Amino acid sequence: MENDIINIQLLQLVFAYIFVLILLFIVKQKEIGHKGEILLASVRMTIQLVAVGFILEYVFANQNPYYSILILLIMEIFAIYNIYGRVDSEISKKMKGIIAGSMFLGTSISIFFFVLIVVGLDPWFRADYFIPLSGMLIGNSMTGISLGVNHLIDGFKDNKALIENYLMLGAEPETAVKEISNRAFYNAVLPTINSMMGMGIVFLPGMMTGQILAGASPVIAIKYQIAIMMGILGSVTLTVFFMVNRGARTFFNSRKQLKI
Amino acid sequence: MFKLENVIFKDILNIEKIELDKNLVTAILGSSGGGKTTFLKLLNNMITADQGEIFYKDKNIESYDPVALRREVVMLPQDPEIFKGTIRDNFKITEEIADNGISKNLNYKELLEKVSLSQNLSDNAENLSGGEKQRLALARVMLLEPEVLLLDEPSSSLDKKTEEKIIQMVVDYVRENKRTLIMVTHSPEIAEKFADRIINIEAGRITD
Repeated sequence: MENDIINIQLLQLVFAYIFVLILLFIVKQKEIGHKGEILLASVRMTIQLVAVGFILEYVFANQNPYYSILILLIMEIFAIYNIYGRVDSEISKKMKGIIAGSMFLGTSISIFFFVLIVVGLDPWFRADYFIPLSGMLIGNSMTGISLGVNHLIDGFKDNKALIENYLMLGAEPETAVKEISNRAFYNAVLPTINSMMGMGIVFLPGMMTGQILAGASPVIAIKYQIAIMMGILGSVTLTVFFMVNRGARTFFNSRKQLKI
Repeated sequence: MFKLENVIFKDILNIEKIELDKNLVTAILGSSGGGKTTFLKLLNNMITADQGEIFYKDKNIESYDPVALRREVVMLPQDPEIFKGTIRDNFKITEEIADNGISKNLNYKELLEKVSLSQNLSDNAENLSGGEKQRLALARVMLLEPEVLLLDEPSSSLDKKTEEKIIQMVVDYVRENKRTLIMVTHSPEIAEKFADRIINIEAGRITD
């Protein structure tokens, strides 16, 4: 098997943008709107990836733990602001803090466990492994926590009377919101579980595809894919668990009264 | 048992002074939106007054753990929510809420009969009618055997005959077991017939 990577020429890459043009054409013809958003997304993606490409080139060539940690922090901060933007309702300062804390704590535990124990990375900061693996864990946790926050807030809004009923009977706030918290947790983890269900049959995951394209043996690629899926599951589970657990309390005041 | 002094809650309630005695049936009458529900919620510590003080058993309500207080002073809202599952589940969840603090003087079936429900314990509680749900919720409160029962229009979805029967049952229970009942009602007849004391609340103020 040839292991040579086919380098896409710039002109060929330009052809890939035809897909964006197709989308823009459909959107215009059907008067769906959001043309600006599509254009912005395409431009942003291009600029962001080109910039990241150059940065990674530099970081990979100059391996250093500070660079790896700095990039990890930048990814975390971007992910946290992305979550704030994705939440449909207004979120309290306290809740924002809990989201940030849960992301940092949940992803850090998972990343370091994953790179040190599962992959056995040596040195641990080897950027060509550390950064993409961290990115996948952070990205998926970001999606999970966004879903979790939205479901938690909606759960409180939709079940205000039920929660109050529990409290009036003398229930602890944790008991009153147990079902809502559990549902928010499940809904946040569900997409990860679903993607595991379809993996390998319905679709070939991105990481595995990337490794195969880069010349890796499918068996090695599969081992990595299984490992990363477990890592993602762990990271999403931990971040959402921390967020739901602490976040639910922000809806009550010190007198255990519902604030919404 | 309760003493309220200069209590203000937003522009809904403004009470200069009132005392509510132990082991009595107190009825609260008044137009809708006048602050009756807010009054009950203050006693159950579901809300906190902006100004003034509320005493329960001679201690400021703020000095109690809110959950411990709510287990002694249980409130039934006007449109109670039924827990998912069967009628038995509703009782079981209520028991869990009480954290094993139930003396088991009353069993589930007896409770259902007390509130004139003939359904089986295994029936889905969500299929009950509005009035039946209200009675199940009342049975849940009675399962907890609280010292003080705060009932917000407990019979609003019932016909007149059932209403009298249910209120009579609650009042009998309260008197037999030396409990305290504070009940918001829309009906002056019910108040006259069952209450030891009637309080009128209009536009957030006690009028007599």
